[in-house]
Amino acid sequence: MSAPDLVLATSDVVIGLATGIPVAVLAAGAVVLGRLRRRAVVTPEAPTLEAPTTPEAPTTPEAPTLEAPTLEAPTLEAPTLEAPTLEAPTLEAPTFRGRLGKARGLLAGYVSAVRARGSVDAATWDDLEEALIRADVGVQATDAILEDLRGRVRSGEIGGPDALLAALKSDLVTTLSSGARSIGAPERSGPDSPVDVWLFVGVNGVGKTTTVGKIAHRLRGEGRKVLLAAGDTFRAAAGEQLAQWAERTGADVVRGNEGGDPSAVVFDAVQRGSARGFDVVLADTAGRLHNKANLVEELKKIRRVADRPPGTVAEVLLVLDATTGQNGLAQAKVFTEAVDVTGVVLTKLDGTAKGGIVVAIQRSLGLPVVLVGLGEGPGDLVDFDAEAFVDALF
Amino acid sequence: MFESLTDRFEGILSRLRNRGRLGPEDIDEVLREIRTALLEADVELGVVRGFVEAVRERCLGLELSHSLSPGQQVVKVVNEELVRILGGESLRITYAGRPPTVVVLAGLQGSGKTTTAAKLARWFKQQGRNPLLVAADLQRPAAVEQLRVLGEQVGVSVFSQPTDPVSVALAGLEEARRLGRDVLVVDTAGRLSIDAELMDEVRRIAQAISPHYTFLVIDAMTGQDAVATAEAFHETLALDGVVLTKLDGDARGGAALSVKEVVGRPIAFASTGEKLDDFDLFHPDRMADRILGMGDVLSLIEQAERSFDEGVASKGAAALLEGRFTLEDFLEQLQQVKKMGSMSGVLSMLPGVSKDVKRASSMVDDRQVGQVEAIIRSMTPYERRDPSIVDGSRRVRIARGSGTTTADVNALLKQFREMQKLMKGFGKGGMAGALGGLGGLLGRGPKPSPEALAQLAGMAGSPLETGGLGGMGGFDGDGGRHSATPSRPSPRSKGSKGGKKGKGGGRVTPKAR
Repeated sequence: MSAPDLVLATSDVVIGLATGIPVAVLAAGAVVLGRLRRRAVVTPEAPTLEAPTTPEAPTTPEAPTLEAPTLEAPTLEAPTLEAPTLEAPTLEAPTFRGRLGKARGLLAGYVSAVRARGSVDAATWDDLEEALIRADVGVQATDAILEDLRGRVRSGEIGGPDALLAALKSDLVTTLSSGARSIGAPERSGPDSPVDVWLFVGVNGVGKTTTVGKIAHRLRGEGRKVLLAAGDTFRAAAGEQLAQWAERTGADVVRGNEGGDPSAVVFDAVQRGSARGFDVVLADTAGRLHNKANLVEELKKIRRVADRPPGTVAEVLLVLDATTGQNGLAQAKVFTEAVDVTGVVLTKLDGTAKGGIVVAIQRSLGLPVVLVGLGEGPGDLVDFDAEAFVDALF
Repeated sequence: MFESLTDRFEGILSRLRNRGRLGPEDIDEVLREIRTALLEADVELGVVRGFVEAVRERCLGLELSHSLSPGQQVVKVVNEELVRILGGESLRITYAGRPPTVVVLAGLQGSGKTTTAAKLARWFKQQGRNPLLVAADLQRPAAVEQLRVLGEQVGVSVFSQPTDPVSVALAGLEEARRLGRDVLVVDTAGRLSIDAELMDEVRRIAQAISPHYTFLVIDAMTGQDAVATAEAFHETLALDGVVLTKLDGDARGGAALSVKEVVGRPIAFASTGEKLDDFDLFHPDRMADRILGMGDVLSLIEQAERSFDEGVASKGAAALLEGRFTLEDFLEQLQQVKKMGSMSGVLSMLPGVSKDVKRASSMVDDRQVGQVEAIIRSMTPYERRDPSIVDGSRRVRIARGSGTTTADVNALLKQFREMQKLMKGFGKGGMAGALGGLGGLLGRGPKPSPEALAQLAGMAGSPLETGGLGGMGGFDGDGGRHSATPSRPSPRSKGSKGGKKGKGGGRVTPKAR
């Protein structure tokens, strides 16, 4: 389909919808009425839907479902005036294992149950399945992983429960470490060489802005000159949030108007980054649900603009919240198709969530996790360690 | 990409619908599929087990019914169980006898607390209350600033001070009393359920201001961890309910089921979009309907009631009936629909609209709708009433005036002509014809499945066919009486007022991107 064709098709859809919806709304009104009438005939005691033709009043018109809240006087104790914990006093990067340790043991029960049995039986497979599903690995990936292991147990390659657990772990580590790499921004070789742009994408609330701040901190620590582009022009005060990170980490920031064009902000940042000798531009973007086609289009445009000289897109990082369930796979797929994601940043892994969805993502898209967020402090972003991650799953 | 819960159930159940009898092995197959579907929808494993067992027991005990096929009976059982888990009925806010009614929002980082706070304040305002927002998130940089901006957009003032969260909450309460505000909405910082220090802080906030309602804000995309998180917050705060956010994504929202089942508190509100009015009470029965692919007709009607101007709606209906629906009427209807929220949001609530159409509709953003509007606004009143007079030079003028191309203008006029034809069908042929036409209207877009349409037409039943659009009178007039939420004090009068406010609110909400 050529570009003008596409435009026309879209405009057809708009017109169809714009004209269709009022009609549809009216139609739906009629449908519901018809439905209500029918329900009134079939089930006269339908609790919430009162038929318009039934004359009698509802049985319990005002019975509140909740008790009136108790009106105690608030306990007016003197508020404890502690210093607000604005800056986490983490001077050194946390160790992956140390932070993950907090949440460990949640699934340990399954592992010990598997070990306690002398042999591999049906219950063993149930336990393993349950452990993986509870870690958000997902039904499909879990089935595939366990199917493979079943075959190896049948063939005698794997003996007892301990060997099975070891094989499972090493499978997962192998999956997760394929394509693993440490990311970094090289110093720019000269004023004529293009400036690296890192793009941060993801759905709302995964921690994109915070991740940009933390990476700025890390790259500043490596002596890079870092420019932040406040490409989230949608969320209220997102630019302000990024500016505070810039101040905190000693990076510069380019901001646009709230509600303005994010591509323009990124364009300005690339121009300035190139002209003023910055090594890297970290471009924040607004959170967007991957099923909103127009917002995904906007993101593609941002990427095109960033990739135009004097800029070059060095990384496109998908920021993924570790609490995300199976929807994470859909996110990874759509964003990868749209803007060619180069790696995943898994945030909020210091909580109870396991982030097992990255296994499914790695298996189906081959997208590696490159960084992990372990807290709110500037230094709480570390390189991904597949082994530690898998250990923490169990 | 795997299918959504709705699609999945539709697949299984459509097979069942045509089955005459249902053996135990059929039930097993269905339950296996349901288990997988629920797990892929992120329903917590334990909850899935309970659900599957409950459905199995009821299915085995099913007695043959004369009116329902076995497949339909399973649908009914699954639906009822879903509704049961999702909460049975919606939460009703009871206001404190001695104001202000205090509401505290808590949750993990990034679940959407700050946005929810603003949306909730807007909702209270719509209920005729006078809320005050308190920004007690002093942790995340610029969180206070974010709430201030949002507060300004919804017209609710925001209180904060750079001390510590407990003092801010307490001072906020004092401020609300001083200003005579009757609702206090407190936004708190995001925190992990295992962060003992921060959990203690939120406990102290709750102790200091004794909230009447404490809501956990939870992301619809959350996986298996939703339950652990909800349990931990419930233990610390004694939750009254849950606010489910980001329901406009394609996540299947199994977290809602899990949390409700495990914590035993209702999903009170749901947030379904980025606009500040994409927010309402959560209706479990409707959510289950949606999961089963029946569309969320009831929500739509209620939303329509609230934002539709009665006069405009009935004028439009009359014009439709008489086959003299002009571009001017269309423009008016378009304004009405816009007030109800985003196009795709409205569309997703309609039953029988296939997912292809929904997908196509997600390509539509309000800017594109604006383009259609611009084209019509660039026409003279004569042209709007009789588009056939638009010739070459008028077309060029309209295109220039609206910043579009003549091709766009042509496309609009062509679509409109087709719609007018459809309108005539609407008057004559009844529902089935009209809805079939709606599919056709989407032009090159995919059409709703004929099955769904037939089903719809069947649902409408005879009252419509005999009464024709006379039924619309009921939709306009009686709508409020059989509204499924008794929580709104006086649906009709408040409703239309809310609509007008909504229009004003539309202007200050952030621009659609």
